Amino acid sequence: MSGALGKDLLGLEHLSADQIRLILDTAEPFKEISERAIKKVPVLRGKTIVNLFFEASTRTRISFEFAEKRLSADTVNVAASGSSVVKGETLVDTARNLEAMRIDMVVMRHGSSGAAKFLADRIESTVINAGDGKHEHPTQGLLDLLTIRDHRPIAGTKVCIVGDVLHSRVARSNIWGLLKLGAAVAVCGPQSLLPLGIEALGVHVFRRVEEAIAWADVLNVLRLQLERMQAGYIPSLREYYRHFGVTVERLEQAPRDLLILHPGPMNRGVEIDSRVADGPHSVILNQVTNGVAVRMAVLYLLAGGNPELAEAAKGASDR
Amino acid sequence: MKPIVVRGARVVDPSAGRDEIADVLLQDGVVRAVGRGLGTPDGAAVLDAAGLVAAPGLVDLHVHLREPGREDVETIATGARAAAAGGFTSVCAMPNTDPVTDNQAAVGFILGQARRAGFARVYPIGAVSLGQQGEQLAEIGELAAAGAVAVSDDGRPVATAHLMRTALEYARTFAIPVIDHCEDQSLSHGGAMHEGLTSTRLGLKGIPRSAEDIIVARDIALAELTGGHVHFAHVSTAGAVRMIREAKARGLRVTAEVTPHHFTLTDAACESYETNAKMNPPLREATDVAALRAGLADGTIDCIATDHAPHHYDAKEAEFDNAPFGVVGLETALGLAIAELVEPGVLTLAQLVERMASGPASLAHLPGGTLRPGQPADVVVFDPAAAWTVDPALFFSKSRNTPFGGRRLRGLVRWTLVGGVVVHSAGDRPDTGNRSGR
Repeated sequence: MSGALGKDLLGLEHLSADQIRLILDTAEPFKEISERAIKKVPVLRGKTIVNLFFEASTRTRISFEFAEKRLSADTVNVAASGSSVVKGETLVDTARNLEAMRIDMVVMRHGSSGAAKFLADRIESTVINAGDGKHEHPTQGLLDLLTIRDHRPIAGTKVCIVGDVLHSRVARSNIWGLLKLGAAVAVCGPQSLLPLGIEALGVHVFRRVEEAIAWADVLNVLRLQLERMQAGYIPSLREYYRHFGVTVERLEQAPRDLLILHPGPMNRGVEIDSRVADGPHSVILNQVTNGVAVRMAVLYLLAGGNPELAEAAKGASDR
Repeated sequence: MKPIVVRGARVVDPSAGRDEIADVLLQDGVVRAVGRGLGTPDGAAVLDAAGLVAAPGLVDLHVHLREPGREDVETIATGARAAAAGGFTSVCAMPNTDPVTDNQAAVGFILGQARRAGFARVYPIGAVSLGQQGEQLAEIGELAAAGAVAVSDDGRPVATAHLMRTALEYARTFAIPVIDHCEDQSLSHGGAMHEGLTSTRLGLKGIPRSAEDIIVARDIALAELTGGHVHFAHVSTAGAVRMIREAKARGLRVTAEVTPHHFTLTDAACESYETNAKMNPPLREATDVAALRAGLADGTIDCIATDHAPHHYDAKEAEFDNAPFGVVGLETALGLAIAELVEPGVLTLAQLVERMASGPASLAHLPGGTLRPGQPADVVVFDPAAAWTVDPALFFSKSRNTPFGGRRLRGLVRWTLVGGVVVHSAGDRPDTGNRSGR
């Protein structure tokens, strides 16, 4: 299995702008399948996919599973807590055993950065990274790009990623994808939650969220995990909200309406005001909807699907 | 024991100011004479060393031999064999074994195992604190009396400023250095590599330079307070080099070592999550490499030490976060030093021998490091021009965890002699035909 994207999807850093555009363009016709009464096309019929989740996930795991099922793949879900991993089996042994059962693809979420590449280097099957540590979450980056593109051309758009960039794989995938497609990218947060040298990636740094809001067309608001306070990165969630929360009051000062994204799950009243999350410029649920289409596109292309035939493949459901 | 004449070598012995073509006569375990046209005593073996360099055997102040506790990855015997293959005639074994070398019996065990093995001499380093727990001082006097040549809690830093102070004060009586692994663990906790652009891109938690610099600064202040001898293990940052240079200029008793991997590689080697490039302290940036080389050149850094740290294949065949820190180094050190330091002109060959033999021997008060008559007949004979390619499968070490596999190095050990006995010759290793000769 190797087509326009190669064997695996491990991150957006090493994809070209053309490859990213191809995925987004391929996702467009797949959007419509999820709107049908019978949400199924046979393009991955006979393919076997393992969803291997070593970390808890609701949205991403279900989104992948829907994408796989709507393309007629056979899927198995493995969660670390109920598997041989808890008996001390290594990652590579787990994967090789799965592969011995003749699978086609592995979708993996893992807590260690680089785990997806580690696996991809050691098995023949296609590996799709569903989040590896603090490294990348490429399908989240792609669905964010698709959601922004639904509203405005990405090239030239100013996007600011707000919050815990240090620990965020979503931030890294967003930065690579947005930069490759010509957006201007900034990050904003307390310096204790920004990685050292982030400017060298080609992003601007705002220390105050008011400045970020004054500059940006789009805000991508990251989840702030409670553990960050316990680990001493910030004094309190309350203070975080006061200084970095994306609130209606702050957005009202902006010279233009900002599109609001959030990868979820949200902490209402910590990084984002409910009135913003549920407000007229929030596209948070559109992101979730687009997630299924983007993942269908990724699965289809990695399975060797012809990009031009995506539209036609859609029609095959009539058979 | 037959006398041995090393014939016609370029004899490089900085301790005697010698760099000339000469013969070396080894007899009864000691160097008997060095000079031109020495005769061949009755029954002597002759090693034809024309075109080769003969130097005092190399001395490594920092190795982990894993015995007792992890004999599956290295033993004192296999480590001493690997040392001999790398041209080392003396190595100092760090105490972070299981159990820890924190008592005189443990020191005696290491010496006994080393004696049985032959090959390189092994000098134990005792723990600073009992069990390396950072609380109660180990019996440093008894450790020294049993044969420990230094104390260290290596693997971790000496835990508190108070413990370091008392160790420095106490160790003065026994005239041994306190070796510190400088790492502020509140800053490095959870870190897997150098904190910089590469760690940001890879999404790995970084270990900032300041984690090392803070403890170096602490220890310099304590060296000043106590008059004790601090030896800085595996210096990795430009800041540490700067502080050590300044401390030496002020006359403090501080010494320092650098590893071949730190003066050769940068954090770029961690790209692709290469676990064989995961070590502690981590590989840093080009500016640090340049500072380390400058420190070696001007003598701020006294010696090269390998921090030879064997790990099992399975342990390194893991996610980067989960792999252990460390690389093996005994069998690549000389080749890296010649390729990376002598060839580019950072050090002369004589300076290199000083940093790898006489320097470390004198700072830890070890025998050897010199070819002066009457001193131990510990000699390395190597071909400084021979290029070879690192093939970890051919290592004498039990472990293969090196980032240098496939790398072209210069300088091939032809013979290593300990106490006047050949303990390694180039032919001992199965030849894969990758050596191009001169």
